[in-house]
Amino acid sequence: MNTPLNSFRNQPDERGHFGQFGGRYVAETLMPLVLDLEREYRKAQQDPAFQAEFDDLLEHYVGRPSPLYFAPRLTEELGGAQVWFKRDELNHTGAHKINNCIGQILLAIRMGKTRIIAETGAGQHGVATATVCARFGLPCVIYMGAEDVKRQSPNVFRMKLLGAEVIPVTSGGATLKDAMNEGLRDWVANVHDTFYIIGTAAGPHPYPEMVRNFQSVIGKEARAQMLSRVGRLPDLLVAAIGGGSNALGLFHPFLDDASVKMLGVEAAGHGLDGDEHAASLLGGTPGVLHGNRTYLLQDEDGQITEGHSISAGLDYPGIGPEHAWLKESGRVDYTAVTDEEALEGFQLLCATEGIIPALEPAHAIAAVKKIAPTMPKDAIILANLCGRGDKDIFTVAERLGVEL
Amino acid sequence: MTNRLSTTFAAPRTALVCFITAGDGDTAANLNALVEAGADVIELGMPFTDPMADGPAIQSANLRSLGAGTTTADVLRYATDFRARHPNVPLVLMGYANPMVRRGPEWFADAASAAGVDGVICVDIPPEEDDALGPALRAKGIAPIRLATPTTDAARLPQVLAGSAGFIYYVSVAGITGKQQAQIESIEANVARIKQSSDLPVAVGFGVRTPEQAAAIAKVADGVVVGSALVEICGEYGADAPKHLRTVTAALAEAVHNAR
Repeated sequence: MNTPLNSFRNQPDERGHFGQFGGRYVAETLMPLVLDLEREYRKAQQDPAFQAEFDDLLEHYVGRPSPLYFAPRLTEELGGAQVWFKRDELNHTGAHKINNCIGQILLAIRMGKTRIIAETGAGQHGVATATVCARFGLPCVIYMGAEDVKRQSPNVFRMKLLGAEVIPVTSGGATLKDAMNEGLRDWVANVHDTFYIIGTAAGPHPYPEMVRNFQSVIGKEARAQMLSRVGRLPDLLVAAIGGGSNALGLFHPFLDDASVKMLGVEAAGHGLDGDEHAASLLGGTPGVLHGNRTYLLQDEDGQITEGHSISAGLDYPGIGPEHAWLKESGRVDYTAVTDEEALEGFQLLCATEGIIPALEPAHAIAAVKKIAPTMPKDAIILANLCGRGDKDIFTVAERLGVEL
Repeated sequence: MTNRLSTTFAAPRTALVCFITAGDGDTAANLNALVEAGADVIELGMPFTDPMADGPAIQSANLRSLGAGTTTADVLRYATDFRARHPNVPLVLMGYANPMVRRGPEWFADAASAAGVDGVICVDIPPEEDDALGPALRAKGIAPIRLATPTTDAARLPQVLAGSAGFIYYVSVAGITGKQQAQIESIEANVARIKQSSDLPVAVGFGVRTPEQAAAIAKVADGVVVGSALVEICGEYGADAPKHLRTVTAALAEAVHNAR
């Protein structure tokens, strides 16, 4: 695909800026590493052998391409647009996170790094990182907020089974942002041998671009599958957003298809009118955190406020910088759904399609539930089913008042 | 240009640079104790919810300060009051980008200038992102003080030095604050490397705790920065901290001032 001058697909600039967002706001100790990473990533991008190994692992280890699925009973239930899903929950490890981890560990090995660290919220990125570390025989340390360790105990056990050391982080609100702080502290102290596999399209340049590119396999496949199955592009793409990597992965290959509208769905938690949500774009303001300028949940002094979402994977007070830019450019629309609505979306997909979604894509399903009925029956919605819900059944049971 | 920082570093003795976090205990009393016991330069930490380059001691100080309700206005007031009490002691604000740029870099530079601040160290604005704050500070005559680290190689050093003012802060270990100390040979070589390329004074910090360590560094640098060791005293003694800060700072000052 060629990218015209006025393309939405040629961000960021050479300094890693997406308009006023992005950049490399890191301590000097990390700056040479970040520059080195960018150099090595550019070389890897030009190396057919790197791409071939990435593609091979995605096909034979991850199980790609993931299916494109028409959801007949959900479509009938909602009574409007056809609802289709990109089934990234069927990937090995149960979410889209593995796509990025395969790419980054190949880069780590290429750079001669011998130790891997990562942060995780819901545990999906931690599991994916632990998985690729086991696959390639590298030691792995996962930082996870102590609150999330409690909320996501099955994933903690999975990581340990896979040989990772899981370090609970008790500082701050003990969730994803605190785990990321601790990951950065580890990295700055172990610069000589350690590769930090960031789990979403955020952090200092080149991470947002690199993670997006590794994840854009989702959108490339979906675009080709749509054309082959129905002979046209979808009318609307929908994806949940925490840091935003699954959404960018789906959206990016479609950004220059003017007929395709896009909707990113943030976590409204208990509602956008209060403080207990994780909707950085709709309820936040621009600022600088974790290596990039982006929309943040913060107070008037620039102190970061704690996000809240029923979904540990969306519970982060920032957002990938490319989403901040896509919002300001108007190319992508953003909305938010509450914990309650996400729970309803979760149950709706279970009941109509026999698919237990993760709480993250349950937010996307909740948005689809609202929008599909307003669209004509020949319209096509494609939502990203970015993770499966096995990890969330305890949280959901508790919220539904069921004792297991 | 002569200013409080250049005057201080022009003295024949090595300068003792002391860091505490604003709003952690009785800030005015703590700062007075540091100055009266011999601190030559004050680094006043601006608390931030996510101090990702700091170790446990300064992380805790940040959270104690914010827990006590410290605002940016409070930090600026501590600075203003300090300047009134100590007209000749250089004062540097140190912290993270987000609280500094929240209301815009010009707002921050104006406010810091009005408060009598001489320099600003922003941990997470490297030279590549200088536009975010540097031009606003320079326009107000405030020194943007950059950090150089063991990972800042020869190719990169000129970029770090360009646009720096006041002094260069050499971070002696690749790591977070308050942890292990670097070998003195490595510090000496790196300070010499920086001084070959810059006329600015070089202060060395990270992991400096004892008078013995401080004296060894003072022989090879223009300034020695002590932070976590002082911040721990603020955390341990609360309202009684000034007395203990005075004792510890006096011992550090004697070691640093008489090292060469």
